[in-house]
Amino acid sequence: MAKFAKKKDGDLPAVSTASLPDIVFMLLFFFMTVTTMKDSSIMVENTLPNASETKKLEKKDRIIYIFAGKPTKEYQSVYGTETRIQLNDKFANVNEVGSYILAERAKKPQELQNVLTTALKVDKEANMGLISDIKQELRKVNALKVNYTTFEGDAFNNIQ
Amino acid sequence: MPRRKGAPEVNAGSMADIAFLLLIFFLVTTTIETDAGLDRMLPPIEPPTEDPPVIKQKNIFTVNINKNGQLLVEEKIMNIKDLRAAATEFLDNGGAPQGPEYCSYCKGKRDPNSSDNPNKAIISLKNDRETKYATYITVQNELVGAYNDLRNREAQRLFNRDFVDMEAEYLNPETPSAVREELKDKVKKIQDLFPQKLSEAETSTN
Repeated sequence: MAKFAKKKDGDLPAVSTASLPDIVFMLLFFFMTVTTMKDSSIMVENTLPNASETKKLEKKDRIIYIFAGKPTKEYQSVYGTETRIQLNDKFANVNEVGSYILAERAKKPQELQNVLTTALKVDKEANMGLISDIKQELRKVNALKVNYTTFEGDAFNNIQ
Repeated sequence: MPRRKGAPEVNAGSMADIAFLLLIFFLVTTTIETDAGLDRMLPPIEPPTEDPPVIKQKNIFTVNINKNGQLLVEEKIMNIKDLRAAATEFLDNGGAPQGPEYCSYCKGKRDPNSSDNPNKAIISLKNDRETKYATYITVQNELVGAYNDLRNREAQRLFNRDFVDMEAEYLNPETPSAVREELKDKVKKIQDLFPQKLSEAETSTN
């Protein structure tokens, strides 16, 4: 008499894991493409103001960044709460801006040295006095093209 | 009598295809985030011997921001929301009578006491050292907005598209160079109609 092995109810077959590597690779590639390398950690508060008439900053290799704002919590005990300038990954005084720009400019290839833009990433709580000092320094080293980096949004959100 | 089978095994052979499909979808749709902001040119440091050029008072539109973020525009207190309209009116005035300085494309009031021609019109911005950066950016944004509105208007009239679009396409590195060459002249032409003359005085200390 033929014997039928009756499968027990609820005995599900194992899910094939053959495609797991594919999924993992997919995630890997996804994150590889969307992440941008952060070359310096920001040590100042950096909530940018909003603006609507913005232009995109194309070509990352032509940009020199200057950050300004209050030092973040972990640095406040050492550097206080006054607005500070951050160049690369250290705090700096206004009079160091010029030499920083010159040093950064010298690092770029010759053909780009005349088309560099200075991106000012300044916290919206900062005072204009510091910005004016930075601008004055930039004028001294002839780095005249600046970009006030902002978030896209309604500019009237800035004043409340 | 119905025979109970276990659940059939799902064919996982196409899983890889689905994964690749998703991967390619994300690859195509994600753009690496780029920063955006307001582009400005700083004035070069002038040699001290040079005499500053004489500019008629009526061609200057003064904007003063105090430390509380209040605006003084042409000696009158103004709400920041009205700044764009006021700047547009000043730039578009075209007050010069018939002659070399006559502005044929201006649609303003042609008030003889306001700017002669957009080429002559200068906006002068002055701020206090204690002005908030956010306020300053708002004012800058409104002034750039006034220029962009007028440029858009002229670009619509001449080329049937917005100036802001044209400029963005021109500056985009992915635009083919043939298209870019063509846009270059158009962008230049519009920029010449309403040149951005935004002067910033050194900040006052009190």
